[in-house]
Amino acid sequence: MEAARLPDRSTVPAVNHLRPVPDPKPPAAPIEGEPASIEELERWATVLRIDCVRMLAVAKSGHLDSSLSSADILTALYHRVLKHDPKNPEWPARDRFVLSKGHAAPIQYAALARHGYFPLEDLMGLRKIGAQLQGHPDMNKTPGVEVSTGSLGQGLSMSLGIALALRLDGLDDSHVFCVLSDGDCQEGQTWEAATAAPHFKASNITAIVDYNHLQTDGTTEEVMDIGNMAAKFAAFGWDTVEIDGHDMGAVVEALERSRSLDRPAAIVAQTTKGKGVSTMEGRFGFHGKAAVSPEFAADALAELEETLERQTSELTEGAPS
Amino acid sequence: MASTTAPGEPKATRAAYGDALLALGTEHEEIVALDADLAGSTQSLKFGKEFPDRFFNVGAAEANMMSMACGLAATGKVPYCSTFAIFASGRAYDQVRLGIAHNELKVRIGASHGGVSLGEDGASHQMIEDIALMRAMPKMQVIVPADYNQAYAAVQHSWKNPEPMYMRFGRPSTPQVYEEVPESLGDGVDVLREGKDISLIATGHMVWRALEAAESLEREDGVEAEVLNVSIIKPLASQTVIESLAKTGLAVTAEEHRVVGGLADAVREVAAEQHPVPVFAVGMGDEFGISGTGEACMEHFGLTARGIADRAREALVLKPIVSHPPLHGPEWV
Ligand SMILES: Cc1ncc(C[n+]2csc(CCOP(=O)(O)OP(=O)(O)O)c2C)c(N)n1
Ligand SMILES: [Mg+2]
Repeated sequence: MEAARLPDRSTVPAVNHLRPVPDPKPPAAPIEGEPASIEELERWATVLRIDCVRMLAVAKSGHLDSSLSSADILTALYHRVLKHDPKNPEWPARDRFVLSKGHAAPIQYAALARHGYFPLEDLMGLRKIGAQLQGHPDMNKTPGVEVSTGSLGQGLSMSLGIALALRLDGLDDSHVFCVLSDGDCQEGQTWEAATAAPHFKASNITAIVDYNHLQTDGTTEEVMDIGNMAAKFAAFGWDTVEIDGHDMGAVVEALERSRSLDRPAAIVAQTTKGKGVSTMEGRFGFHGKAAVSPEFAADALAELEETLERQTSELTEGAPS
Repeated sequence: MASTTAPGEPKATRAAYGDALLALGTEHEEIVALDADLAGSTQSLKFGKEFPDRFFNVGAAEANMMSMACGLAATGKVPYCSTFAIFASGRAYDQVRLGIAHNELKVRIGASHGGVSLGEDGASHQMIEDIALMRAMPKMQVIVPADYNQAYAAVQHSWKNPEPMYMRFGRPSTPQVYEEVPESLGDGVDVLREGKDISLIATGHMVWRALEAAESLEREDGVEAEVLNVSIIKPLASQTVIESLAKTGLAVTAEEHRVVGGLADAVREVAAEQHPVPVFAVGMGDEFGISGTGEACMEHFGLTARGIADRAREALVLKPIVSHPPLHGPEWV
């Protein structure tokens, strides 16, 4: 019965006003084999950003600046740090990823699609009736999504539950990574989870705070100041580092380091909302704004494609011919 | 009082919350407003800009907001708390229950983006059981206005009455049912159109659709449908509902909500005890919402004029069967 409601592929809208994304090369690093280099990861982050702009231009709805803010973190995770197998999304020993700031779903969908969890063209169904890509991640509709999120503040508790279950199953090499937003850290529940993780000695969990200092109604400093995130997590008993969330080298290093600690790990990533699209960067007034107009999208794409071209030529020049 | 909108111009009920709250705030110093990082969406920002000292944006922390409102009300203020319906009734249920309802405090909850018509954000944000939750909560009054003008009157009503109150508003702009802001909500049930064959009992965004359904029933089937707008779901003006049921002997309810615990059950409770007639329901079944445009979501779940009219046609066919079940043997099968 459910299936009858799904539109067929031919109804997925065409994206006439947008140029196609250049075929991204080199391909994603396979699970075995060479890990992607920092330069390759930076380029992948641009590819995922481009995907987000295109998706939202077609969906005419969603949270673009929130997705761009997390782009480097999710690229580092999906393209290098996470142990996962797109051919076998249910692989029990995989690492788990939880997007507590579920409204940034587009960036996760882009990463999943680029790894072949589902066809790239499915990205264009985002937020449309019958599509598998819901406005917020839905574990029963989208392969690769571990738990459904969208209500802020719940993701860290869910991640802790996953971490404890992995430990019970003896899957000691599997790790849980959870990305949180400013809003997540304003919800009391996040601090209930932050209290519980060290208590249960969950050393297989990493919380990454995408601290972009902007929320729906203004800056976090104006609306509800969450202050020194690193000091807070440290006070709750977490191993804590603070990094530039767009410095790919630092992101990768912090994530990889967090795997092998004796405590839960918090990475406070200072970020810029809308990163990569200069008209949006760090500016209030874009959050959840449905109006990603074709003109805005075209400008954003032009800028990102320029970045991509530069990154591509730097990569190919550096490579042996 | 002047109508704040041109007759017929579609407008969102949440806009009325912002406008009416601002007006009330100008008159009454004891009013304070709280929001949880959605002040632009719920429109409490209009109040916040005018009265920054009496406005508390708590960030994404709904439980904190509701318990703060409890403290403010216990100390002589009249708090208006707004956020999306999902978080107002779901996330902060226990805080609302103990701090506000149990204490019988004059706190007003302005719950915006109720139902599936909020659209693209999808199931995680589409609250379809808040009327049931709030109706079951002792002492809590539940108000669901039909359009901008009635929503404006609902906020005024909330000032005049002391009980804890949950008001549900919507995201999309919808057609006007009332030409101007009504004097009051009356007893909470307005007969918008008279008819003898069937009662269409609707609330919120389903009211204008019920009026359209009634027209289609008259045009295409010669059926005279009576249309009731229930703006106060709790306490329900049972007498007005019974009068209509007694006249038509058949009802279809319509709500942007689960058919369990909402308007359908409120009407069924009254009917079952006081005037048993068949009551059919249009609403959400045992299912969550879905991403899509607001209108596409409404259509997906049959929450349309067509959906109401078809249910009414079905009800009219079934009426003789369900009203007079055979005592021995199903000869009519
Ligand atoms: C419990 C809860 N309350 C409110 C919301 C509505 N909401 C969606 S995003 C958001 C805040 C966005 O800012 P932030 O959390 O900092 O995320 P980012 O800047 O990374 O987009 C809010 C309040 C929600 N999704 N969940
Ligand atoms: Mg933020």
